[in-house]
Amino acid sequence: MMEELFIALWVIMSILAISMAIHAVLSRDLIKATILMAGVSLIASFLFVLLRAPDVAMAEASIGSALTAIILVLAIRNTKRFEEGGGEK
Amino acid sequence: MMERYDIHRSIPAILLALLVAATIFYAFVEVGFGEPEVDKEDSVSNRFISNSTQETGSSNFVTAVVVNYRGFDTLGEVTVLFLASAGMGAIVSALPAGDKRKRPIPPSLILTAGTRLVLPLIILFGAYVFVHGHLSPGGGFQGGVIIASGLLLYIVIFPEWKAPHKALALSESLAGLSFAGIGIIGLAVGGIFLDNVISGLGEAGMLVSAGLIPLIYIAIGIKVGAEMTGLVARMKGGDA
Repeated sequence: MMEELFIALWVIMSILAISMAIHAVLSRDLIKATILMAGVSLIASFLFVLLRAPDVAMAEASIGSALTAIILVLAIRNTKRFEEGGGEK
Repeated sequence: MMERYDIHRSIPAILLALLVAATIFYAFVEVGFGEPEVDKEDSVSNRFISNSTQETGSSNFVTAVVVNYRGFDTLGEVTVLFLASAGMGAIVSALPAGDKRKRPIPPSLILTAGTRLVLPLIILFGAYVFVHGHLSPGGGFQGGVIIASGLLLYIVIFPEWKAPHKALALSESLAGLSFAGIGIIGLAVGGIFLDNVISGLGEAGMLVSAGLIPLIYIAIGIKVGAEMTGLVARMKGGDA
C-alpha cells in the first residue's frame, strides 16, 4: 500500500514538474517563466527527499528555487520583461 | 497559444530529442525502479557507508566524502565559485552605474516588518546547517546559500541598503585562506594535503567531533554566504 502511494506521489510530482517546465519554455513572460522554473526546482528537491538524498534536496531548494530565480529576476528587471515576437503574452 | 513553427525545421530537433531519450532509456532500463544500482558487498558506496564514521568521525557520510575523501575537489569547487563571482563582479561593475528608473511600488509594512523578524532566524538556521554539517543533512554550501538567500530577501525588500562589499570580500578571502590553511596543516602534520589529523578527537555524533571537518565546513559556509550575497548585491546594481 505504501509502495503504491509512493509511486503515485512520484508520478503526480513528475507530471507537475514536466508541465511546469513546458509552460516555462512556451511562456513569453520571462518573470512567469522564471517563477515556473523555480517551481520545477522545488518539486525536484521534494523528489530528492523521496529518494532519501536530503543533502542534495537542500542544495536544490536553496540554489535552484531561491538564488537562481532572484538572479534571473534581477537581470530581467534591468532588461525587458517580455520576449520579442508573436505568440502568447 | 504558440506561433506556428515551420515543421520541417523542427524535425532534426525532434529526432535528436528522441535519440537522447532512447539512449537514456537504454542505459537505465536495466536498473529497477527505486532500487539501488549496486548492492554488492564490495562496492565503493558500501565501503564509504560502513567505514566512513570510524575513519573520519563524521556521522553524515556525504560530508565525509565531500570534505574528507575528496576534499581536494571541494577546494577546486570553491575556487570555481570564487572565480565565477569575481568574473561577474568585474563585468557588472564595468557597466554604467545603476538603474535610475522609476522606483517600483514600495514594500508594505507587513513585508518590511516580516523581513526584520525572519532575517535573524534564517541566518541562524544557515549557521546551524553548516556548523552541524558533519551530523545532519546539509553542510557548508547549503548553509552558506541559506544565509545568502536571507540577505537577498533583505536586499530586495530594502533597496536602499548598501551591501558592505569590503567586509564581504574580506570574510570571503579569510574563509578561503583558512580552508587552504587547514589543508596545509594536514600536509605539515599528516603528510597529506587536507589530511584529517585530529579525526579521533571527540565522539562520533557529538558537535565537537570529526576533527577538521566542521572547521572546513564553517569556512566554506562563510565563504559561500559572503560570495553569494556580494554577487546578488552587485547584480541588483545601484550601489556597486
